Amino acid sequence: MQDRFGPAIAANRFGLGARPGELTSIGADPRGWLAAQLKGGAPQIDAAGLRSSSDIISETLELRREQREMRRDAKGANDADKDAAAKALLKLPKIYRPIYISEVNARLSHAVASDRPFVERLTQFWTNHFAVSIDKVAVLGVAGALEREAIRPHVLGNFTDLLLAVEQHPAMLLYLDNHLSVGPSSRAAKILSRRRTDRQVGINENLAREILELHTLGVNGGYTQKDVTTFAEVITGWSIGGEGRMKKGEPGKFVFRPEVHEPGAKTVLGRTYRQDDVSQGEAVLRDVAAKPATAKFIATKLARHFIADDPPPEAVARIEKAFVKSRGDLPTVYRALIDAPESWQEPLAKYKTPSDYIVSTFRGLSLPVQGRQSGINAFELLGQRTYSPGSPAGWPDRSADWDGASALMKRIEWADAVGQRVGAKSNAGALAPNLLGETLSADTRTAIARAASGAQAVTLLLTAPEFLRR
Amino acid sequence: MSNIDRRKFLTTSALAAGGLLMSSRLTFAAAANTSSRFVFIILRGALDGLTAVPPYGDPDYARLRDELALGVPGSANGVLKLDNTFGLHPSLAFLGDSYKAGELTVFHAVASPYRERSHFDGQDVLENGYARAHAVQTGWLNRALAAVPVEGAVSRKELGVALGQNVPLVMRGAAPVASWSPSKLAALDDDTLARITDLYAKDPLLSKRLADALAADAIASESQKSAMDESSDTESPDMLAKRDKATQRGGARYVEVIRAAAGFLRRDDGPQIAVFDATGWDTHANEGAAQGQLSYRLGALDSGLRTLKDQLGPVWKDTAVLIATEFGRTAATNGTRGTDHGTGAAAFLLGGAVHGGRVIADWPGLSARALYQGRDLNPTLDLRSVIKGLLADHLQVPTAALESSVFPDSASARPLPGLFS
Repeated sequence: MQDRFGPAIAANRFGLGARPGELTSIGADPRGWLAAQLKGGAPQIDAAGLRSSSDIISETLELRREQREMRRDAKGANDADKDAAAKALLKLPKIYRPIYISEVNARLSHAVASDRPFVERLTQFWTNHFAVSIDKVAVLGVAGALEREAIRPHVLGNFTDLLLAVEQHPAMLLYLDNHLSVGPSSRAAKILSRRRTDRQVGINENLAREILELHTLGVNGGYTQKDVTTFAEVITGWSIGGEGRMKKGEPGKFVFRPEVHEPGAKTVLGRTYRQDDVSQGEAVLRDVAAKPATAKFIATKLARHFIADDPPPEAVARIEKAFVKSRGDLPTVYRALIDAPESWQEPLAKYKTPSDYIVSTFRGLSLPVQGRQSGINAFELLGQRTYSPGSPAGWPDRSADWDGASALMKRIEWADAVGQRVGAKSNAGALAPNLLGETLSADTRTAIARAASGAQAVTLLLTAPEFLRR
Repeated sequence: MSNIDRRKFLTTSALAAGGLLMSSRLTFAAAANTSSRFVFIILRGALDGLTAVPPYGDPDYARLRDELALGVPGSANGVLKLDNTFGLHPSLAFLGDSYKAGELTVFHAVASPYRERSHFDGQDVLENGYARAHAVQTGWLNRALAAVPVEGAVSRKELGVALGQNVPLVMRGAAPVASWSPSKLAALDDDTLARITDLYAKDPLLSKRLADALAADAIASESQKSAMDESSDTESPDMLAKRDKATQRGGARYVEVIRAAAGFLRRDDGPQIAVFDATGWDTHANEGAAQGQLSYRLGALDSGLRTLKDQLGPVWKDTAVLIATEFGRTAATNGTRGTDHGTGAAAFLLGGAVHGGRVIADWPGLSARALYQGRDLNPTLDLRSVIKGLLADHLQVPTAALESSVFPDSASARPLPGLFS
């Protein structure tokens, strides 16, 4: 009944904002346009100039070694040497910052140019679901690599594979400290306690808790503190090659360290796991991924992201069912989302996040991603610095989290700056129906037509209520 | 300035963008017809209360904390003594001075009603004022504002003004509040702005947000102008240099937020309530003791609070600052020289209006039997008691509202009396 909104909903809500001509190519079959994007391998980012996480972390490990040596040499040495050691410590952000900038620019370029924007939005959804945050310096250089290496390859695959890839990625292990976690009865713990009595070693439950709370079951998903603690023991030894005393494994890549692993059978969520190596944790992850609570949690988040802040239960149930029935086959899950009638009933139900807003502006106006800082500055100014949600919960996904008065004023000011820059050569009047389709209101159309300048017309298009939402 | 004047000021002031840079979120609102000021600082990520306020006199403290344990008062890098049981982390020098000056009350073994260990649900309960997470989409501070009696004919609708890009949950709700944060971008010309205002005429959310933003910008530009006019040079160059060093230690981001906050709060006609949050307290690994990660953040917070006092000037005597976190951390260190999510926490009430120089704690002890679920500091004080006492005595929120709309189902958490002088 609301079919006339179909193309705009497909391009703006499910995609990343229409590019000129996109609504026409969607035509009469918006569902088909989205479904077609799910076929074939997931699009990979043009990685020219980007480095692998193992490469980046190897360099870090090398730097750490240098630092350790310098500190050793500086013990009891003069102040100049101490200064040099301190300076070496500051190198990490210096190495990571340019990597981060390249990653963000590559990601923005990819999103702006994508002709499978639904898949790109899904990629960003999962990156936010499995969030790391660059305010922890250790992940500043590898947050982009996590998305490229663990998320993109599996975004059209199975949830379990996606989950395993993420939880074994060095960026996640670093972010949630698992590489430091040591089984209290492990060989390493015994050796250490013999050597030094003043230092405890043991588990760190950070990753285990967030896997259950944020990545799979959800906070009310039926696990206990005991499950968290035991699961943390299960994944002791999940670490990064080349780290620490043993220097085992390929530098910068996931490695299982048996000497750090807490030995023995363990019971998590009522099931006992007798494996005594890396497969113990993998088995728990597989089982957790298949729990009904996980299906419900993921379905709810998807529906909230794509349909409404308070997602309609019918749509959640449909997606959840697809997840359970297909055992986490993600394209099947996405198709259930597209097929839900609720997805198409209420146009403009979602308020764009700053990232959505910026990307859709770049796409709509065909803005070039040029200059190393242009995109980065926009994300920062509008309050959503890429890969910096500040916590493992990721960015929030409700209007109230983004629609603040000051946040709106920032968008208006930024839109004005964009208008000043490109207004002279843009035709906002022609562009508006091309980007907004049937969601374009008569008031906005009139306001743009009556604008005093090309620049002002662009500003009005970008600040229109229907462009602020999706 | 009367309320009528204030409205006039808001609607007639010129629009101008602020010049400050701010990374944190900051939210303001106007409260009752009183001179009281209130700042709520949310420490997101679960502050380790046993490091911020170490119970050095507890017989189990040093054992449990192992290499995270801080030394006794008077020892090298030892705690700042509060009493025979508790001290402050050595980085909290300003809070230590405030305690001595009777302007700081410390609460320990305190917790919201939340008893699980999720940051995000914990913060939700801390802010929503209900006993469970996601019970409502409004916050206790907003509901308290709605309940504050206002004299005169002008409703707070015209007075609501806010800072920070978005409004945190604790400030969301029916009472009008907005958000403000300084901008690096150029202000729009009046014509474009007028056209956008027209464009939002049929959109209740956007037209409200835009009006709020314009009002806040107006106040901000006025505040900054007056701050520049008054920029005092009462501090010696030595003191300033010292202060700069503290800022460099990482306090800069708080200092900027806090300067902006103070600019609003010290106006006679400005908002009386500010909220902002500080992040980075989730110390699972390499937390550090007298030095290190947490010490650095505490030092930044401490220097930020000192700046707040400096900047508030004469208004400090009417000010209360509540600093709280979603929950505490494990009593024992974990295997990675940090601490995991726990329960009982520490909180601080600071300001010229505070009857301070006290530690309020029904200390449960840290023995194995005393710990909550065998691992956490057992909470013996409900944070809602502290907040209810504060709202009643400092902001004159009526008791009936406290019990019904502000903190429903909180009868067991009696308002703590006598928090203010």
